[in-house]
Amino acid sequence: MKKHWWKALAVVIMTYVIWVGLMGDVPRQPILNESIRNVYFHVPLWFSMVILMLTSMIFAIRYLRKGRLNDDHVSVEFANTAILYGILGCATGSLWASVTWGDPWPNDPKLNSVAVGMLMYFAYLILRNSFDDELRRARVSAIYNIFAFAVFVPLIFVLPRLTDSLHPGNGGNPAFGQYDMDNGMRLVLYPSVIGMTLIGVWITQLRVRLRRLRDRLDNVNDSLPKAHSTAE
Amino acid sequence: MQQIGVLIGKEFRLEWRQRYALNGMLLYIVSTVFVCFLSFSLRRNQLTPMVWNALFWIILLFTAINAIAKSFVQERSGRLLYYYTLISPQKIILSKILYNTLLMLVLAGLGFGIYTLVMGVPGQDMDMPLFLLNLLLGAIGFAASLTLVAGIASKAENSATLMAVLSFPVVLPLLLMLIRVSKNALDGLDRSVSLDEIGTLLAIDAIVLALSVMLFPYLWRS
Repeated sequence: MKKHWWKALAVVIMTYVIWVGLMGDVPRQPILNESIRNVYFHVPLWFSMVILMLTSMIFAIRYLRKGRLNDDHVSVEFANTAILYGILGCATGSLWASVTWGDPWPNDPKLNSVAVGMLMYFAYLILRNSFDDELRRARVSAIYNIFAFAVFVPLIFVLPRLTDSLHPGNGGNPAFGQYDMDNGMRLVLYPSVIGMTLIGVWITQLRVRLRRLRDRLDNVNDSLPKAHSTAE
Repeated sequence: MQQIGVLIGKEFRLEWRQRYALNGMLLYIVSTVFVCFLSFSLRRNQLTPMVWNALFWIILLFTAINAIAKSFVQERSGRLLYYYTLISPQKIILSKILYNTLLMLVLAGLGFGIYTLVMGVPGQDMDMPLFLLNLLLGAIGFAASLTLVAGIASKAENSATLMAVLSFPVVLPLLLMLIRVSKNALDGLDRSVSLDEIGTLLAIDAIVLALSVMLFPYLWRS
């Protein structure tokens, strides 16, 4: 039980976020209306996506320094979960944009940056698949992972701020906190970030275990026919 | 430093001996420019600055990817291994980046010359020094980021497709900044307007350069 407290925490937090997020009081805003509740889901998805990508990069660095294949597995699964969160973030954002901005995919620098970021991580997966040798794949893809994250950061944090964007906090628009976020919303938003991140870690942990099991199964399957043939 | 000089000299000699590759690249950029010219079927000075600018940078991007993709496949792996026993990998990547920067400058210069020759320059008050500075920053950034990606792609089979797939998203932030600065230069805006973008460009160049030098030692071992 000692090891699993954070899973319980994630469930509790997310239950709280979903309940209060859908039922609680929210400030009335002209165009946003009730859709402001999406802040609790859309924004944390992006926050935790960046956290997951950062973790993926840290494991990639660890792989390069220590050369343990396990770090590579963890790194790729964190990247996978980050991609999932990115897709979910795009979906929730798309819904929200069609309600408030009248267009599911407006030509907005932040959206385009994220699309490019997603391309980068898809390229990472393609790169991984193009190697047969496990060690080589791990090493080369770790290098690309680090490189991609380093380019992703200016792409998503610096570039949108230099141009006009529909998103709050960019291109002269005031940030959320300044005018339409009251403290009651913060009490849901920040736990939501933590909860989403914990869920992401949980998904990643399960996927890493699945991958390990599959590896072991492959090893067993590989060795079986050989053992058979030597027995003959 | 001296070793880097020798390595760059080696790159030049290699290029000179395989002149068909160099000529191929020169012809590539010339014919791409000409294809664009014909497909817009223009008289001079008919493109808006926006289109002119975007087209120019897209041509340069494709030329850069094609030119730099070969920087690791040109030499046999045995020979690369031999270099690694002689010198530190940082020096190898630095010399390759420097060489590719020079190569990009030559290609960009030629491309720019022909492009302005056939397409004309939109707008009268173009800020040429700023445009050229931008071209220089672009050459450094392209060379630094694409050289590492070329190294990565050369490790895999089917490296031509991989090179394109891996490099487009990585180069994009750089490309967006370059397009923005050169648009400012084309419109002859005051230079203080572009300072922010130039700062970001320098920062991206520095990040990419530093990462290439840091990560390459891990790459060559595999």
